[in-house]
Amino acid sequence: MIGLRTNGETYYPSLTQKMVLIVIIVSLTPMILVSTMILGEFKQSYREKVYAHLSLQILKHKTIIDNFLTERLNNIQYLTVSCDFEQFKDENFLETRLAILQNTYGIVFEDLGLIDEHGIQVAYAGPYKLVKAEYADAEWFNEAINKDNYISDVFLGLRRLPHFIVSVKINDGEKTWLLRSTINFTAFNDLVENLQIGKTGFAFIVNREGNFQTKPKSDAITAKQLSLDLIRNDKNPDDVFIRETFGTSVQEEIILVTGFLKGGEWIIVFQQNLKDALSDFQTAQNIAILIIMSGGLVIITMAFLLSTITVNRIAKADKEKEMMNQQVIETGKLASIGELAAGIAHEINNPVAIMVEEAGWVQDLLEEEEFQESENLEEFTRALTQINSQGRRCKEITHKLLSFARKTDSSLKELQINELIEEVINLSNQRAKYSNVRVTTSLDQNMPLIPISSTEFQQVLLNLINNAMDAMEKTGGELDIDTRLQNDDIFITLADTGPGIPEVNLSRIFDPFFTTKPVGKGTGLGLSICYGIVKKMGGQIDVESVINKGTTFTIRIPLDKKRGNTSTPKEKK
Amino acid sequence: MKSKKTTQVKEPIRLLLVDDEEGYVNVLANRMALRGVDVSKSYSGSEAIRILRKNDFDVAVLDLKMEDMDGIEVLKIFKKMDPELMVIMLTGHGSAQAASDGISLGAFDYLTKPCDFKELLDKVRKAYLERKRLKKDDTQNP
Repeated sequence: MIGLRTNGETYYPSLTQKMVLIVIIVSLTPMILVSTMILGEFKQSYREKVYAHLSLQILKHKTIIDNFLTERLNNIQYLTVSCDFEQFKDENFLETRLAILQNTYGIVFEDLGLIDEHGIQVAYAGPYKLVKAEYADAEWFNEAINKDNYISDVFLGLRRLPHFIVSVKINDGEKTWLLRSTINFTAFNDLVENLQIGKTGFAFIVNREGNFQTKPKSDAITAKQLSLDLIRNDKNPDDVFIRETFGTSVQEEIILVTGFLKGGEWIIVFQQNLKDALSDFQTAQNIAILIIMSGGLVIITMAFLLSTITVNRIAKADKEKEMMNQQVIETGKLASIGELAAGIAHEINNPVAIMVEEAGWVQDLLEEEEFQESENLEEFTRALTQINSQGRRCKEITHKLLSFARKTDSSLKELQINELIEEVINLSNQRAKYSNVRVTTSLDQNMPLIPISSTEFQQVLLNLINNAMDAMEKTGGELDIDTRLQNDDIFITLADTGPGIPEVNLSRIFDPFFTTKPVGKGTGLGLSICYGIVKKMGGQIDVESVINKGTTFTIRIPLDKKRGNTSTPKEKK
Repeated sequence: MKSKKTTQVKEPIRLLLVDDEEGYVNVLANRMALRGVDVSKSYSGSEAIRILRKNDFDVAVLDLKMEDMDGIEVLKIFKKMDPELMVIMLTGHGSAQAASDGISLGAFDYLTKPCDFKELLDKVRKAYLERKRLKKDDTQNP
């Protein structure tokens, strides 16, 4: 306890800190651990779900695009099979066929042309003037002439616009011809552009040389590079590959899904920012973090609040304990002072008794006739009377001292309350004189003896009287002390004519450490001790106060219980 | 005693004063003797017992606080030696317990020290009368 007192200033704050720290660590650690684990697991499974979804999309589009290409080729193949070859040399016929195709499939087919084995376009139907155009040096022609049917890569060609060609080889027995059609790039591009997922997801197609076969929406250089790596590694054309990497210009993690088209000649690539792909997860993670953080905040606040409250209580309890210790020490001191005083009083009593008796003896002798004539007889008598009365005064002083010494006895004794009150008033007389306070009493003479600790009861009275004196110190006034017996209760009333207690303070005056006196003047314990002592007696202490009129303290001590005690025989050693 | 005022009674009160304060015993003895009391002085409990063994007394004034013996012990012995001896106790203030113990042991009365001489004399006389009354009862109903 002494340790606490001396280190009090640093002890309590560090105790608070320790408690706050422990509570925070103990409650936050598992919360964060569990949350992190769950989030990790959730992220993993969500990513798997996203992968599966993207793979499915790519596979779907792969099929759509492959079908598109095959169908276009079939359309042209059908033409070569269904029509007489010679008709293709007629441009009007070609135009009719193109119109039919366009009517059936939209503007997918841009034009239709027949090319001979030397690369000269013999007949042409379409928006450009390409009759007699020479394709002998065109890369596509050289490839197409060697295959039964052919789908070219996207290229600019003579018209300087991106397009690609579908061609079918026809053999009329003497010569080899190519029936070719240009596929509208926009129509084809739309197929790929349709594949849009989230805000940043888009798809494009590259060929084995790394040329874009569709128009990518934004930066796709990294994606293109990685896709080419895939082709070089000679992967299985039916597989779908997923990988995550850093984009070159976006500086963000991207997710790439690639699949092969056209029997491995083209690659369809789907690219999406990883954040965008995992946006739902991101939202969930943000909510979780928000919850954890607000929960953490609540925990920290509560930890701080509770620790502060607890430590304050401990500090208060320590302080009270310390005060109690102080009180015990004070009581001990008082007891030893009392013993000392009692010893001195006893020692003084004997010489005083002798002095008084000797004076009496001289007085006796003076009454003898031979002294009656003495002219100083009167003076002798006066001096002796004086010795006698001063002796009496000494006796009173020693008796007061002994009364005080007896006060330290805290055991219960059958006592007359009126006598105790008178004793306390006697002790306070001097003080009352200085404070210009007139003490009046109105004591019920029918007070029974009650078992009471005189020390404690006198402490209560002394505290109340001293408070009244303090209150009236400047102005002077009256203190009226009444006792009365009413309905088996003893009532002791102390009414002063002091300045009164403000209503705000009235409810707190019995609280420990509550004081309105200047620092160092009052401990704020007096009334709290009174309250405790009266409660211990099974009684009650009440206060009423009117500003500028005065304050009245009423102590009620029930007699019933006490009377029950008095009926039992007194215990004596 | 050179006193002329000494009141001679047919049967003077035989008083034993017991106190270890010699000065007090002496002056009380003087004043008592002046009022016709036959006083014997003793300055300790043991001395008082010795004196009581040889002489007969009506009243004893006994201090409860003495160096050699506790006044209560002396009182017990007195009462054993002469049950009809009237004992007036001198007590210190606050030893009301001792005084009431003394009364229950058969002491006639008690006074707190320092006491008023007149009061003491009064009590001594009352005690003497009480002893007389007891003696009379004894002789009437042996």
